[in-house]
Amino acid sequence: MLRATIIVRYKEGVDDPEGKAIKHSLELLNFKGIDKVNVAKYYEIFLDMPLEEGEKEVQEMIKKLLVNPVIHDYELRVEEI
Amino acid sequence: MLIFSGKNGEMLSENIWGEKMKAAILQMEGTNCEEESYLAFKHFGIDVEYVHINLLKKGKKSLEDYEVLFIPGGFSAGDYVRAGSIFAARLKAAAWKSLVKFVEDENKRVIGVCNGFQVLIELGFLPGTNGISSVPQAALATNNSNRFECRWVYVRNERKTHFTSLAPDVLSLPVAHAEGRFITTPKIMDEIVANKQIVLRYISPDGSEPEYPWDPNGSMAHIAGIVNSYGNILGLMPHPERAFYWYHHPDWSRKKRGVGDGYYIFKSLIESMH
Repeated sequence: MLRATIIVRYKEGVDDPEGKAIKHSLELLNFKGIDKVNVAKYYEIFLDMPLEEGEKEVQEMIKKLLVNPVIHDYELRVEEI
Repeated sequence: MLIFSGKNGEMLSENIWGEKMKAAILQMEGTNCEEESYLAFKHFGIDVEYVHINLLKKGKKSLEDYEVLFIPGGFSAGDYVRAGSIFAARLKAAAWKSLVKFVEDENKRVIGVCNGFQVLIELGFLPGTNGISSVPQAALATNNSNRFECRWVYVRNERKTHFTSLAPDVLSLPVAHAEGRFITTPKIMDEIVANKQIVLRYISPDGSEPEYPWDPNGSMAHIAGIVNSYGNILGLMPHPERAFYWYHHPDWSRKKRGVGDGYYIFKSLIESMH
């Protein structure tokens, strides 16, 4: 069994309104010194296939659905569990 | 041309094309305003049908049979991943070849409203500065306000296109979206401007550069709607089908009886196929 973990976040320079709203809310709760909050999406995909094939499959998923390359960067990790 | 009766203010239908022109309104889980769109096409006597994405997938309906493809708004697939991305991925899987053939035929028209605009961006059909792109060239990201924005806005009709040739200089239309902030790369933006693809921009009521809330999402260049470089595909965030009749407008009681501004988008589109 494989577990693929993918983190999709806004690229540097693209405004993250959710992050800004969370930063503001944290400041309203008297948390100080917050420079920036980034929000990302975290996907866990479990696959029943060999590692090499799984990596290719997840790359296709990223390309076809999970990431818009204009605004997103992503981190991918595929491991056997 | 008389388009509404004086007595009750009801708009009379205008049969421009008879039943010769066929329009498809795409559906899947979570689309909305299909009925308003259906009635708008029917008003002009167009032979319009709802076409569920599964019917395309199963081959029970074919895009070849239609001249106009309308991708409605809504929250397809719950707006999961990104608004419109699942709808686009499923369309690609169900009918990619026929879709490409459809949009490459300059005599056919595609219009995507709100979620439909997001779908067209994700498909790589818009901005389409050099034809269809295999990866998205732009994005409609979360509104700057980080909220769902639902209100009437003003948009300036930037140029005469197949979709706006009969529209007034300024249109009053409703928006209702959480992800409408148009973003692209500087290079693509330059191409969009050079190709004159910007069709609708948000403006303030006094005609000046808009700030929030008149620009509801913080789009680059206040973009509300663009066409592809061939000019046969329009994507826009405001909902013309929700502003078709004069009594749709919140100021209806103070306005002269006539038509809503969304009417002109449909009328231009249909007239452009003459």
